[in-house]
Amino acid sequence: MRPIRVLVAKAGLDSHDRGAKVIARALRDAGMEVIYTGLHRTAEHVIQAAIQEDVDVVAISLLSGAHLTVVPKIIEGLRGQDAGDMLVLLGGIVPDEDVPPLREAGVAAVFGPGTDTSEVVDFIQGHVRTGSPA
Amino acid sequence: MSELAERLLVGDRRALARAITVVESGGAERAELLSRLHGHGGQAHVVGITGAPGAGKSTLVAALAGALRDAGERVGILAVDPSSPFSGGALLGDRVRMGTGEGLFIRSLASRGHAGGLSRATADAVRLLDAAGFSVIVLETVGAGQGEVEIMRLAHTTVVVTVPGLGDDVQAFKAGIMEIGDIFVVNKSDLPGVNITARDLTTMLMLAPPRPWSPPVIQTSALKGEGLDKLVKAIGDHGRWLREAGRWEGRAADLALCRFEEAFAELAVRRLRAVAEASGTWQAAAEAVARGDLDPYAAAEQALGSVSGAWTSV
Repeated sequence: MRPIRVLVAKAGLDSHDRGAKVIARALRDAGMEVIYTGLHRTAEHVIQAAIQEDVDVVAISLLSGAHLTVVPKIIEGLRGQDAGDMLVLLGGIVPDEDVPPLREAGVAAVFGPGTDTSEVVDFIQGHVRTGSPA
Repeated sequence: MSELAERLLVGDRRALARAITVVESGGAERAELLSRLHGHGGQAHVVGITGAPGAGKSTLVAALAGALRDAGERVGILAVDPSSPFSGGALLGDRVRMGTGEGLFIRSLASRGHAGGLSRATADAVRLLDAAGFSVIVLETVGAGQGEVEIMRLAHTTVVVTVPGLGDDVQAFKAGIMEIGDIFVVNKSDLPGVNITARDLTTMLMLAPPRPWSPPVIQTSALKGEGLDKLVKAIGDHGRWLREAGRWEGRAADLALCRFEEAFAELAVRRLRAVAEASGTWQAAAEAVARGDLDPYAAAEQALGSVSGAWTSV
């Protein structure tokens, strides 16, 4: 079985990526191949990186409050490029009332501050199948 | 697989990315895909970038890719980072430095236990990018020690990157990585000691037996974009020299033969093991080794002996 591939993306303008790095490290230690984008990526850049890296999961970290604009844009872009099957996760500071519209837009799960990394690992392992890739 | 190959050939990036996953995964699908693409490509100039961890390879690759694109090339990048020997996972961070390179195709590959600075699938991934029409393919190895020389076989032009302060002039005379450079780059040229490092390299190259191609030593600051024009020119010069000296085609043939040997070995092992497992002799031999009843060599003989004669029928 091939390893699960995950893009950990910092979208938008906040400059704080400790959370993203902690998650990246936890996923790596769970046997996944994690591609980290670095800070300040545009939606378009995240889409291109996800396509080129052919990932199973796009894990977006966003602390700036722009999630309602940026995240649906990323999901739309992925769908437009035949990549609607990628699992999209969101981590960061997201008010409760924003979660339903994000789920509606296609976010599989939203993880807030204080989430145990094992919860994220379990969620990904439970939702991604890595059988035949094509 | 044929649809994937067709889409790849017309420049569909999603298809190219999926195809790389297929060759990384191995097996029958890989064989079918690569067969479909046979005869396509062969024009791309493959440039390998290797050097110590932290020498600035990723930054240099990003800057180089930009300069090559400005010169009208279509650039694909394959960047290899190590897999964890414990979890099998990997943290692939080369995209961080490569930033937002518009119009570039960048793929991060995990080494997945393969030694030599590359991953097992790197050669196949190069073939895919070549077939997809990229004119220059830049390969970045894992931060290499002194023995990671596999890049030399895969790349037309090998660029060895070093930085000031990594060691005295004796390091420059060691075998291995310092022997494989077609071009040497002293990166971070704003650091003190850059001239000493460049001089040590030049001295080493002068003392080496004469070679038909004399590797240039180029100082760059990838971060500041200095010296890149010289590097682009040197890469172009080396490519032209390979073609004029009749070495370009020879390399492709060598590489194809090498892949044939690897493919044969892989197929043979897989099929023989399947037969030995089906008859139970594999498990019996493995258990005997684990108990200490049998040494590994004798066990291998025993397991293999049990399948002799059978392999023509699998």
